[in-house]
Amino acid sequence: MKNTADLRFHAGMDRNAFAKGLKDGLPICMGYIPVSFTFGMMAIEKGLPVWIAMLISMSNFTSAGQFAGTALILSGGAYFEIAVTTFVINIRYMLMSLSLAQKVDSRMTLGQRSLLGFGITDEVFAVGMQQDHLVTASYLAGLIALPYLGWNLGTLMGSTTTGLLPLALQSALGIAIYGMFIAIIIPPARHCKPIAIVILISLLLSCFFRWMPGFGWLSSGWTIILCAVAASAFAAMRYPVDESDEGDVD
Amino acid sequence: MNYPRIFTAIFIMALVTYIPRMFPLVFMKRKIQNRTIRSFLYYVPYAVLAAMTFPEILFSTASVISGMVGLLTALFLAYHNKGLLTVALGSTFTVFCAEQILKLLAL
Repeated sequence: MKNTADLRFHAGMDRNAFAKGLKDGLPICMGYIPVSFTFGMMAIEKGLPVWIAMLISMSNFTSAGQFAGTALILSGGAYFEIAVTTFVINIRYMLMSLSLAQKVDSRMTLGQRSLLGFGITDEVFAVGMQQDHLVTASYLAGLIALPYLGWNLGTLMGSTTTGLLPLALQSALGIAIYGMFIAIIIPPARHCKPIAIVILISLLLSCFFRWMPGFGWLSSGWTIILCAVAASAFAAMRYPVDESDEGDVD
Repeated sequence: MNYPRIFTAIFIMALVTYIPRMFPLVFMKRKIQNRTIRSFLYYVPYAVLAAMTFPEILFSTASVISGMVGLLTALFLAYHNKGLLTVALGSTFTVFCAEQILKLLAL
C-alpha cells in the first residue's frame, strides 16, 4: 500500500500530460462543433429555448443519445421510454469504459474516475486507447476539456445563429465526425491484420443489420453493440493479443 | 412549455448517459488477467467505430453520392496517415465540392 501523501502526489496535476491531452483533443473539438451546431439548430426549430438546448448539451455531452432523447421530449414521450431509448443507445459506453479502465493509470482516484467518466465519448475513448502509455487523470482531463467546450460552443452557436450557416456547408459538415472515425481506425489496420479483419467483420455486420429486412426494430445502439461484440469476440479467439503488443506496459 | 417535465426528462437522460460511462471506470479497477478478455477489449474500439461509421457515413450528407465521395476521401487520407482534423476537414471539403457539382448537374 502506498501512503496517502504519495498517492496525492501522483494524483496531482501533470502539466505536460494535460497539455498533450489538450492537443489531442483539439481535432475532436473541431469535429464536434458542426455536430452540436446541428443539435442546437434542431432544438430551436422544434421550439426549445436556447438555455434548454445548452442544458441538454452540458449535462449529456453525447450525440446520438441526446438527439434521440430530445426528440422524445418534444414528441411527448414517457419518462420510461426516454430512459430506455437513451440507455440503449448509450450501452456501448459500458464497453468503452471497461476497455479504458484497463488502460488508465491505477493511481487514478475515485473522484477523478467519477468525474472523468462523464467525459468518455466515442472519440475521447478512441483517442485515449491509441496512446502508447497508460492514460493518466491529467491527460484524460486535457483530452476531454476542449471537446466539452466545443460541444457546448457548437450548441450555443447552432441555437442562436440558426440559418446563418449555408445549407450546403451544414450538409457537408455532416461527414466530419465519420471522417474522424476513419482517421482513427485505418492507420492501425494497415499494420495489424487482425485489426483490419475486426473492422471488416464489424462493417459487414453493421451493413447487414441496416439493409437486411426484418431487423428494422433493432435500434442503432443495439446494432453497434452486437457488431462490436461479435467482431471483437471472433478476433479475440482467433488472434489473441499478447500484453506486450498492447503498448501499455506496466 | 412544461418545464418541470423537461427538467425531469433531461435529468433522466443525463443519468442514463453517465452511468454506463462511469460504472466500469469506477468499479472495475482490477486488471483483467484473462488473455481472451484482454484481447476482446483490445479490439473493441476498432469494432465500435467501424459499426458506427458504416454504412451511416453514406447517409450523413445531402446525397449518397456526395457521401461516397467523402468516404473515399477519408479512406485515402487516413491510409496515408493524415491526422484526425485533416481527414475530417478533407472529406468535408470534397463533400462540399461534390454537392456543388451535383447541384450544377441538377441531380
